[in-house]
Amino acid sequence: MKEIEKPEKGNQIIEEAAQAEYKYGFVTDIETEVIPKGLDEDVVRRISALKGEPEWLLEFRLKAYRHWLTLKAPTWGHVHVPEIDYQDISYYAAPRHKKEGEAKEIDPELKKTFDKLGIPLEEQMRLSGMAVDAVMDSVSVKTTYRERLAELGVIFCSISEAVKDYPDLVRKYLGKVVPYTDNFYAALNSAVFSDGSFVYIPKGVRCPMELSTYFRINAAQTGQFERTLIVADDDAYVSYLEGCTAPMRDENQLHAAIVEIVVEDRAEVKYSTVQNWYPGDKDGKGGIYNLVTKRGLCRGDHSKLSWTQVETGSAITWKYPSCVLMGDHSVGEFYSVALTNNWQEADTGTKMIHLGKHSTSTIVSKGISAGHSQNSYRGMVKIAPKATGCRNFTQCDSLLLSDTSGAHTFPVIEVGNDTSVVEHEATTSKINEDQIFYCNQRGISTEDAVGLIVNGYAKEVMAKLPMEFAVEAQKLLSVSLEGAVG
Amino acid sequence: MNALKQYIDLYDESREVIEQQSPALLNNLRRIAREQLENARLPRKGSEDYEATDLEEVFGHDYGVNVNRLPFDVDLSETFHCDVPNMSTCLYYSSNDAFHSSATAERNIGQVVVEPFSMAAVDYPELMEAYYGKLARMSDPTVALNSLLVQDGLLIYVPDGIVAERPIQLVNIFNAALDMMVQRRLLIVVGKNASIKFLACDHTQSPDYHYLNNQVVEIVAMQGSTIDYYDMEESTPFTRRVSSIYVTQHEGSNVLIDGITLTNGFTRNNYHVEVNGEHAVTQLLGMTIASGEQHVDSHTFISHNAPRCHSNEMFKYVLNDKAVGAFAGKILVKPNCPRVEAYQGNRNLCGAPTAKMYTKPQLEIYTDDVMCSHGSAVGQLDEEALFYMRTRGIGIDEARRLLMQAFVADVIDGVRLDALKDRLHYLVEKRFAGTLSNCAGCLTACRSN
Repeated sequence: MKEIEKPEKGNQIIEEAAQAEYKYGFVTDIETEVIPKGLDEDVVRRISALKGEPEWLLEFRLKAYRHWLTLKAPTWGHVHVPEIDYQDISYYAAPRHKKEGEAKEIDPELKKTFDKLGIPLEEQMRLSGMAVDAVMDSVSVKTTYRERLAELGVIFCSISEAVKDYPDLVRKYLGKVVPYTDNFYAALNSAVFSDGSFVYIPKGVRCPMELSTYFRINAAQTGQFERTLIVADDDAYVSYLEGCTAPMRDENQLHAAIVEIVVEDRAEVKYSTVQNWYPGDKDGKGGIYNLVTKRGLCRGDHSKLSWTQVETGSAITWKYPSCVLMGDHSVGEFYSVALTNNWQEADTGTKMIHLGKHSTSTIVSKGISAGHSQNSYRGMVKIAPKATGCRNFTQCDSLLLSDTSGAHTFPVIEVGNDTSVVEHEATTSKINEDQIFYCNQRGISTEDAVGLIVNGYAKEVMAKLPMEFAVEAQKLLSVSLEGAVG
Repeated sequence: MNALKQYIDLYDESREVIEQQSPALLNNLRRIAREQLENARLPRKGSEDYEATDLEEVFGHDYGVNVNRLPFDVDLSETFHCDVPNMSTCLYYSSNDAFHSSATAERNIGQVVVEPFSMAAVDYPELMEAYYGKLARMSDPTVALNSLLVQDGLLIYVPDGIVAERPIQLVNIFNAALDMMVQRRLLIVVGKNASIKFLACDHTQSPDYHYLNNQVVEIVAMQGSTIDYYDMEESTPFTRRVSSIYVTQHEGSNVLIDGITLTNGFTRNNYHVEVNGEHAVTQLLGMTIASGEQHVDSHTFISHNAPRCHSNEMFKYVLNDKAVGAFAGKILVKPNCPRVEAYQGNRNLCGAPTAKMYTKPQLEIYTDDVMCSHGSAVGQLDEEALFYMRTRGIGIDEARRLLMQAFVADVIDGVRLDALKDRLHYLVEKRFAGTLSNCAGCLTACRSN
């Protein structure tokens, strides 16, 4: 085949793309209350006390902490997580309120931060039509539209508030999908989790607006350990969005979150993420370690859970949003675009555990690797012997934009009966030169052509994102990918 | 209890006897193997790449090991009286762990060297020195165990430029009135622009005893060489086999490995291919038809270390009853290896609610200008196709058989030996019809049909 692009030009474009600015790298100068670095039982107790938690939750944390001590960090991922000194991290950082008793009034600096990020915190920005829970470092700073949602019986608040206001609900569901014994990072999170969102959609309610949480790491030398819990009761529906950014720093910061979702009979949850944590600079310095456990339990018959993720940030991503399809005829979906550039490493994918009869799942994963990055899909589809008539389709494609990057696929399929059908397809290749040539012929520059092709490549997943996010995600892709052609 | 321990102890006790009976070359490797095994553990179920297979259990049985190399009283002239129709091969056989040649072995004389290690160590010391134990990875405890206890093996050497006229056939037979483990070992070296077709078939003649074949095969394909390696297993429910095939390919070489399991007890096949030269072509084919409590696990690893290579893998399983199938395959493309094309496919039919399939196809790619893909599917026969056939008056059982035969046909069609291809079609047909008695289709037909 004829080489279309001269290598010099290709390199230049890649360099430009690599230098594309991380837009959200600013730091907010805000007074922050940070507890001293280190982790022991006292720290766990202190976090619990700072949040004014009940005894049972402290017990839960302590149990998790003691279990965590017995575990070792997993090494099976195709990522290089350096030895993390867990005593060198501060486990709680909260933007300090100016005055006591003015908790409801939001700090103008904070508001500015979220405005800059494009997150509508003020309810007059009704046009955006989205309920937002904004989490800065370890605490939730503001949740919008709460009253309107409350009319329908929808609970949308930070998990700390939920612990106070709806202790029975939280207690009923917390740790039931992802127990603290699940893995190393889940145990750590269960011990020190700070804030996150709690969503409860009562029976038969279709949540009228998108619910959204925006996570922001601001303080230095801290880790963020958020915890999100979403419960959709019978016949309920909710679409939930999650976005995240962090300042540019030379040091690495840890983000170990847990997301738990429970979907009851005929309910549906759509969970979308645009993950844009700071990925580190072009030499691989700094960036967030995003080590996350996300899992949903489709407990009810005919329930449905759909994960959509666009992963462009983080120095290291280790994340497998999964579905346990327990109910008969339940449906699990996973749509993912993971883009890695420079020295980023992503090991992401999903698990579909089919326990219910006639449950179906779809996995579409698109990996794009540029620079020196490593991008892996790791997935599991398991059909239990009693889960008859199940169906799974998996497609994972990888696009390589440089000869120094890597794309890997590690799927596992286990089928335990003779009435289920599982399919897996994967391809790895670079951008088709014929397609670029075709665009060039029609006066489209190579850079634009690559943008077009990559967007087309990711379209199947992008189409699954809610409108508000699709635009942001598309922009994000084009910024990170600007003309990166190998 | 560590299953390896019993064999290590046995070695430590009988070291002198073993060493006396073997060429020095084998003894040198033995020492390295002994060190490797010091703290080694056999993989258990759930270990990486052993999702469905427990080697500790497989090796844990109390097998006899023929340390003193006592000859077995088997009248081979009685048992071998058949040849593959239309295929004249040079026939060799190994009875348990001892090699013999047949009258037909003369056919390739002057072209191909086929010698037991004991002779080869004298006749071709440099060759043995250069390749024996150089490909196989001692980090695998089963390979180390083979190296520790093996006392003889077979060298097949095709000198540069020689195209072997007739296929070489090696029939491995278990026939002993006791439970037994053997270490089979092969070294195949094919010189520049040389070519060979090799067929190995495993049989068990005394089905009441437990056997374990722990075999290691090393294959060197020099520049421009062509190697066909067919491996057929037709054994009994008590026969277990752990086979590791290591291949290294040089520029422009073409290697085809086809592993066929029709009947067996437990089988683990490891294929490890290092592609070191440009324009090399690798084909790995596998077909398993399993019923009862058969267990077949294949693991492949193809490392593309040079640009412009081509590899193609296709493994098909048909599982019934309580059969367990497993496939784990990895394609690795190292940095700076552009224009590599690598394909991997694994298709499986589960024909019973109790049959289980585990599959793990993997890609690890470090070069951008490549075309790689893998596909894996587990499912059943197409209902519509079945319906179509029934509307045309074909009974359900017959229709199923036809579809299953069609399903595995492309693996058989990959065979580059016409007589064998025809024979395989016939055997598979009989296997699906349930009329394949042990050894019926055996190329040696040691017992009458």
